Formats: sequence, structure tokens, C-alpha cells
Amino acid sequence: MPQKQYGNAAVDVDAEGFMTNQAQWTREVAVAIAREEGIAELTPAHWKVIEFMQKDFKETGQAPTIRKLNKTGVMGTKELYELFPGGPAKKAAKIAGLKKPEGCV
Amino acid sequence: MKKIVILGAGTGGTVMSNLLHKRLDKAEWSITVVDKDNDHYYQPGFLFIPFGFYTKEDVLKEKSKFIPKGVEFIIAEIDRVEPAGNAVALADGRRVLYDFLIIATGADIAPQETPGMLDGWRDTIFDFYTADGAAALAGKLKTFPGGRLVIHVNEMPIKCPVAPLEFAFFCDWCLRRHHRRDTIDLVYVTPLSGAFTKPVASKALGDLLDERKIRTVTDFSAERIDASARKIVSYDGREVPYDLLVTIPTNMGSEMIERSGLGDELRFVPTDPATLQSKRYENIFVIGDASNVPASKAGSVVHFQADLLAENVVRAIKKEPLEPAFDGHANCFVETGRRKAILIDFNYETEPLPGRFPFPVVGPMPLLKPSRLNHMAKLAFRWIYWNMLLRGRPIPFVPARMKMAGKKRPEAG
Repeated sequence: MPQKQYGNAAVDVDAEGFMTNQAQWTREVAVAIAREEGIAELTPAHWKVIEFMQKDFKETGQAPTIRKLNKTGVMGTKELYELFPGGPAKKAAKIAGLKKPEGCV
Repeated sequence: MKKIVILGAGTGGTVMSNLLHKRLDKAEWSITVVDKDNDHYYQPGFLFIPFGFYTKEDVLKEKSKFIPKGVEFIIAEIDRVEPAGNAVALADGRRVLYDFLIIATGADIAPQETPGMLDGWRDTIFDFYTADGAAALAGKLKTFPGGRLVIHVNEMPIKCPVAPLEFAFFCDWCLRRHHRRDTIDLVYVTPLSGAFTKPVASKALGDLLDERKIRTVTDFSAERIDASARKIVSYDGREVPYDLLVTIPTNMGSEMIERSGLGDELRFVPTDPATLQSKRYENIFVIGDASNVPASKAGSVVHFQADLLAENVVRAIKKEPLEPAFDGHANCFVETGRRKAILIDFNYETEPLPGRFPFPVVGPMPLLKPSRLNHMAKLAFRWIYWNMLLRGRPIPFVPARMKMAGKKRPEAG
């Protein structure tokens, strides 16, 4: 199992850098992953998304889709793209310490 | 008399009616199947229609012909499921009570989900995920003068995630045969980061797109379509212009699922991925595209699910623990043009890998590599579908659960 060093924390990740052990996730690790993904600072809006994703993952066992973030009123798609440029669902899941989103098989 | 009700007489509903009819005591159990119409389409055949290889008639039979005698088949619109009352309300006011319910209502395209998509619908924007769409596209391709043809996947998950790739390969092949390839620019636009989701297959299929000079635009999530200016616009502001857009619109479950309050945000029913039991109701099971399990939405998956689900329905009836046996197995022939096809075989845990199928070394079918034999097998599958698969007859050498034998993991790096 590959590992990655974020500050003092060593975390287990898969081949694409998604964390495989959620217990190793901390807010500091999230900040470090975000930097690596090109997000210099995690604002309250970022945290709102990250925290919802973690809560939803706990309930359903899957990272929520952009559509779900929309439908549950967490955030609109346009804004998600501004916060997590490139691929909001994937990036936010990575920062939240979740496994790679399923649904795309 | 106790009752099993199956909603939907597509692949999943039809196979389940056949399997359960064989297994259940007819003195004790009755089976009812409900569907809104009597048209059973062989959906893998839709791909062949735009290119004139098949017509609509080649892929259509009557649903009732595949429902076993002794099973009641009601043709009616379903209004909703009322899980609290163990009842299904039909749009004409009838109510059908059940002891166990199997939801097999599938998935369909929802072009209205993308702003602007319907503006150019069947004018410069086409689908091939419906029989009518595929037939309309056949007419359009015949007269298309040339320019930029964009193949577009709007949002995952979609039914048969390899179909848009097959469509791209067929376009390239047909245009080359007609010496028109240099008049048409082929572009493949996808919300994924590559040609396919899983790394090894994504590389193999991506290489094939490059080789055929099909340009790919990845990580593209369409916000809207500007049909008058003929361009797709992404959420991050990128634009892809087109002369002809062949799109796979967002796929969603039946509206009936939403009316019943049973679905997620795409109207798919939250389902246990291993037992296929609804996560909310013990006496509801879900098969095929209607569920939210993270397996491909494909007929082969339904076929593998059916054997295991029939077993679990029998167990549920006997109040025995369910067997968590479904492993996400899918087995797909991917047409790559030039009378060749790639075969992929995979499940929840194991991505499509190279090797041989179904037996190691002798195969005879190669995995993840274009071959004539795979293409022949794909064409032969239509017969197998109507005559074996729908009737619930076993297909030799292809077990419900995936086998590792014959597969090779490529060296890392």
C-alpha cells in the first residue's frame, strides 16, 4: 500500500492518491492535499462541502455526486467548479479523505 | 396464494420471471409482471442502427413472447409503489398487492436535464440510446455533408459506458470505408479523466482513440448546450463547437421511482450491492439499471445478477439469510470497427485486465485486445440473448461470478 507524507502525518493512499484509511484524516492533512490539488486556501465554503461529503459518505458508503450536492441545496454546480477547479466531485472527495467516487464504472 | 410482482419486462424483469417461475411452487406462489408497453428492444443492437447495419425491426420483439405461460403480464403505466401497503398503484386506478416486489424498471435518457439540449434535438443533436433516436441518426448520418462530429457523454453513470466509444470507432471505420474520413473531424467529449473509468482499460481504449485520430476532451462537464451557436459549454467555461452532436444525455431511473419516494438524486434505488435487496425495505429487491449499485449498467450485469437474485428471493421466502453473492461481474464486447472487438471482463474489485477468456492460455477469446473472434461473438450474442439469456438458460462457460483465471495484471509503471 503506497503512503504519502503530509507534514508529520503519513497516510495510506491508492494509486491515484485517494486516502484508503479515513481514520488518518485530519484538517491539516486536508489542507495539504488541497494545496497539492492547486487550492491554496480552504475557505468556509470549501469546508461546508467537505463536511457534507464526509457526513453523506458515512450514511451511504459512497461519495456524493455533484448532482446530490445540488439537489440537497449544499451548493450549485457553477460554484463547486469555482471552489474545486477541474473536477469538484473527485477533488472534494480526495480532500475529504474519501475513496475515489464510484458510479463511474 | 402469495404473490411476487415484477416491475418492468426488460432484460432483468423477463429473466427473473423465467427463473422464479421455474423455482417456485406454483400452488403457493403467483407471479405478475407489469410494464407500460409490449416492445422488447435488444438494446445492444441500437449501436448498429445509425450505421445501417441493423434496422429498428432487427432489434424488436414482443415482450409477452418471453414471459412464461402461467405468469400474469399486465400492460399498464405504473403510477407508484406504496411500500407501506405492499402495493403497486397503476395509473388506471388498479392496485396490485405483493408479498415480494422486484424492481426492474431500468434507466432512460433525460435530455431535458441539460439546458439547451432539447433545442437542437433531432436537428443537430441526436442520441442512439433509443430506437427512435438511433433510426433518426441513421438518416442524419447519410446526408451529413462533413464538418465536426462530436460524440459527447454528459454525465456518469450511463448505460453501457463503452457504447459511446464503440460509436466513435464505428464512425471512424465507416468514414474510412467511404473515403470521407478527411472531411470529418471526430471529437470525443467525456466527463471522465480518460476514455474509460478503470486505468488499464482506459489506457488501452485511449490509445485506440489516438490511433484512429479521434481527439478526446476529458474532464468536461457540460453546463449547457447553445444549439443556435452549435457548441457545448462546460462549467469551467470551456467550449466545444460541433456541426453534429451525438450525445449520451444524463441517464435516470423511472419517474415512477421518484413518485414512490424510492430513488436517489438520479432516481436509482439504493440497493445492497451484494444481495440486491433494497436498503430500505426487506421485501423489495432491485435488478439491473434501476439500482444504484456501482456496477456497469449493462445487460451482462443483469444476467449475472439474475441467478443470484433468484436464489436470494427463494431464501427470503423461506426466511433464510440472504447470500451476499453478487460481485459486480460485467462482461462486455466493445466493437472497435474493422470487424473486430475487444472483450472486457471485470467486477467491483477487479478492473478489466488483459489475458484470455473464458479459459487461461487457450481462450479462445483475447481480453482487452481487438480480435475478429470477439466481433463474431458480439454479433452472435443477439441470438443468445433472445433464445437463452431471456429464458434464464445458462450460457456455457460464463459463470455469474467473475474468475481470475486467464487474467494478467500488467507490470506496475
